[in-house]
Amino acid sequence: MRAYRDEFPVLHQQVRGKPLVYLDNAATTQKPQCVIDAVSRYYRHDNANVHRGVHALSERATAQYEAARTTIQQFFNAAHRHEIIFVRGATEGINLVANSWGMSNLRPGDEILLTGMEHHSNIVPWQMLCERTGAVLKVLPIDDDGALCMDALPQLITERTKLLGVVHLSNALGTINPIASLIEKAHAVGAKVLVDGAQSAAHMAIDLQALDVDFFVTSAHKMYGPTGVGILYGKASLLDAMPPYQGGGDMILTVSFEASTYNSLPYKFEAGTPNIAGVIGFAAAVNFLQKIGLVGIAAHEAMLLDHATKQAERFEGLRLIGTAAEKASVLSFVMKGVHPHDLGTIVDAQGVAIRAGHHCAMPVMQRFGLPATARASFALYNNEADIDALFCALDKAQRMFA
Amino acid sequence: MLYFALWTKHSGCLLKGGGVFDLRDLYQQVIVDHNKNPRNYGILAEANHHADGHNPLCGDQLHIDILTDDEGKIIDARFEGEGCAISVASASLMTEAMKGKSVAEFETLFDAFQHMVTADLDAMANEEVLGKLTVLAGVKEFPSRIKCAILCWHTSRTALADKKEVAVTE
Ligand SMILES: Cc1ncc(COP(=O)(O)O)c(C=O)c1O
Ligand SMILES: [Zn+2]
Repeated sequence: MRAYRDEFPVLHQQVRGKPLVYLDNAATTQKPQCVIDAVSRYYRHDNANVHRGVHALSERATAQYEAARTTIQQFFNAAHRHEIIFVRGATEGINLVANSWGMSNLRPGDEILLTGMEHHSNIVPWQMLCERTGAVLKVLPIDDDGALCMDALPQLITERTKLLGVVHLSNALGTINPIASLIEKAHAVGAKVLVDGAQSAAHMAIDLQALDVDFFVTSAHKMYGPTGVGILYGKASLLDAMPPYQGGGDMILTVSFEASTYNSLPYKFEAGTPNIAGVIGFAAAVNFLQKIGLVGIAAHEAMLLDHATKQAERFEGLRLIGTAAEKASVLSFVMKGVHPHDLGTIVDAQGVAIRAGHHCAMPVMQRFGLPATARASFALYNNEADIDALFCALDKAQRMFA
Repeated sequence: MLYFALWTKHSGCLLKGGGVFDLRDLYQQVIVDHNKNPRNYGILAEANHHADGHNPLCGDQLHIDILTDDEGKIIDARFEGEGCAISVASASLMTEAMKGKSVAEFETLFDAFQHMVTADLDAMANEEVLGKLTVLAGVKEFPSRIKCAILCWHTSRTALADKKEVAVTE
């Protein structure tokens, strides 16, 4: 993995006079040169609108944009390329499903089941939907280790459940959820499942067909790709039956003031000029991940998490938040006597970038009775020295407040 | 001013040769001390002005009680709440500074404080007006933390204006 670190130009800098140690990868990952090059090459040579022009540039842009769809389809092993809808990111993907599928499928009294560790982006769209439809939100709780209370599932998942929304890898706790078994149980009562893969996609191999998941969303920027682009995957049969989410160019076949007819998948859901450069950069990032291989990445990050967890357990006054048996790439913690935001600032002064806050998962904070946690999160370019630098900085913070 | 001395002790992972940047500007002894032992902490039962403040970014939460007399002089002030060291120390220092001031003088202090934490990096703080409050000048190096320092000031202003809303820093 060491060789790949060199491919990330941003990592080679000093911050506040110290070498940058970037451990805020759950917020966004850095971009390798190949992604930067793909975006820049597109703007330098091929920039044009897609699906509209008859000229050479537009044809090149369209070809690359559509090739990216195939790359991403294959990466996640979706059955069809038109099941991959380009959106702004995980958040927009969830909002699309809530608005389009949700508005046409939910009746008063129907239930949506979420888990206690969802990101706000997988809570608020469903709350908004419940307000509009009279559906009811239910929550599968989490235990003291930050794992889902699977024992509570039978009471919560019933014939009334129409959709289960679950995060694959929790950004606040690092928990990997047993999505395969959750999907099976949801399907057994006739519920659809949306998996939030914003955190997981860069850390483990995902096979959408094997999972038999109904909807899956993720964001390119957490997978070494550009910001402002991501995908919604949906089974073709579901997407086909769903009404458009936004109206505009590209999503129509014909428009008159009396009526318009909609385009087929995936264009029905891609109104307006898309983030073409972003999509091309996304495909470059996926190619990069494929070249390295997710099995190797996962093994490297498991080693890092193990190294960090061991140091955390030895560190007096440090308490890990999220100690589930199945975890990846996230170390969330609090330090006795030092507020997480002060920790964040103090380690930043030593060039170490971590996140402090509620991580857009306020219910998780409430569950653990905390205002916030500090969080270090790992990527393929991190190494043991990064983690040692973090613990050095934490040690210093603890002494300052001693 | 008392600077935190531990930087120069302990081996292993110290700033070598002082470093380009160090944190003494922000986490001075005074701040660490006021965070650990906040002054004027608690409820003021006889207060005639109250407000809550909330900084959603940090989760900092404050309740401020202020007692003024008929002439509008601040007789006493107390705060309660939970937050980062910067927010707690700032509230502790503010409650000390505002006692005995008129509401108009509080406003002068507010403006001087706001200027100190938001002005250009090289602008000088008004030491004459601010006194001990200048220990918080270092927060302007950390834009994300300015709200922590200024929350208590907005909360007091809301309290003195008898507004019924939760103070925020915007
Ligand atoms: C688990 C999880 N879900 C959803 C999101 C939202 O992703 P985006 O902001 O890219 O839409 C994030 C990002 O922080 C996340 O960590
Ligand atoms: Zn704060």
